[in-house]
Amino acid sequence: MIVAERKTIPELVEILAPHKNILVLGCGTCVTVCLAGGEREVSIISSALRIASRVQGLSFEIAELTIERQCDNIFIEAAAEAIEKADAVLSTACGAGVQAIAERYPQTPVYAGLNTTFLGILEERGVWTDKCTACGACVLHKFGGICPITRCAKHMLNGPCGGSREDRCEVRPDRACAWQLIYQRLKGINQLDRLQAMEPAKNWNASLSGGPRMLIREDHRV
Amino acid sequence: MNTPTFEPIIVAFCCHYCAYAAADLAGSGRLQYPPNIRIIRSPCTGRLEVDFFMKAFENGADGVLVAGCEEGSCHFQEGNLLAKRRVNTARQLLLEAGLEPERLRMVNVSAASSVKFADDVRAMVETVRELGPAREKRAITKEPTGAIS
Repeated sequence: MIVAERKTIPELVEILAPHKNILVLGCGTCVTVCLAGGEREVSIISSALRIASRVQGLSFEIAELTIERQCDNIFIEAAAEAIEKADAVLSTACGAGVQAIAERYPQTPVYAGLNTTFLGILEERGVWTDKCTACGACVLHKFGGICPITRCAKHMLNGPCGGSREDRCEVRPDRACAWQLIYQRLKGINQLDRLQAMEPAKNWNASLSGGPRMLIREDHRV
Repeated sequence: MNTPTFEPIIVAFCCHYCAYAAADLAGSGRLQYPPNIRIIRSPCTGRLEVDFFMKAFENGADGVLVAGCEEGSCHFQEGNLLAKRRVNTARQLLLEAGLEPERLRMVNVSAASSVKFADDVRAMVETVRELGPAREKRAITKEPTGAIS
């Protein structure tokens, strides 16, 4: 899932300052699950903006709406009426959702209410961890299902670096050393011999180094 | 800011098993406390969400008092500990929005602590009276400390 966290209220106030009628638009998918931009968070952010508007003498008129998914045109339809009434939209979707709304409504300013942070999982209630960088050329099969690109602070493909202490990363001692995890995992599945192979330099063209990415599936086009 | 006639409106969320019982006992015992609070009974303070506190302020409350069981004796084990974290989150949001976080306070009272309940209400009313109305326009006086982690 895409994980995000909200921007601070002073940041949002600064972004929204030129506008009066503002629609806070939530997304019912990833950002709902990571408790950053779903219906409940839209309500909380809207309340905070209304309070900020009152105590700071601004004149925000805040409307709220949460749709199923902002990154999909079919679902954006449900927000059409509310968006047309607004001077500006504060989207609490991920970066993809914000841009989908902005492309669909070229005359309406659309702002991001969240900082989209990573592709991750829920470890426990209230704790999410980074698992995937979406590099475009997955190497998980070589490393026992643990991504060294994302989870090693130095992104090393031929680790470990030698700086780890016990099973802790030297860059961030509160995090596990990814290469320690890879070693343990490969040992557990009897694939330690994989570590004897030298991993060549990664082709980053499949990542952002190759420019904005696009996926075309001819078999699904109409 | 501190007008002598200012009577704050304070919403008090009280849990059914302790704080509300303490408030009830305070009434039965004829204990006096300021009439500024509007009590809302909740099954447990663990039911309360950040949104509830924000909505109270949005709709005109000058202060919000959250009263739960004493730590370690919540009827639902840890509802009051959940509430404590949510109160802290809402305090951060209030600060960011430009209101003093002191306007939102959590207290812990047992069902038998009617005197403490009355004292807590009195202290809260005094705090908010000092701060003045939450409806007034004011500038942010403190630097925001960043996003909630």
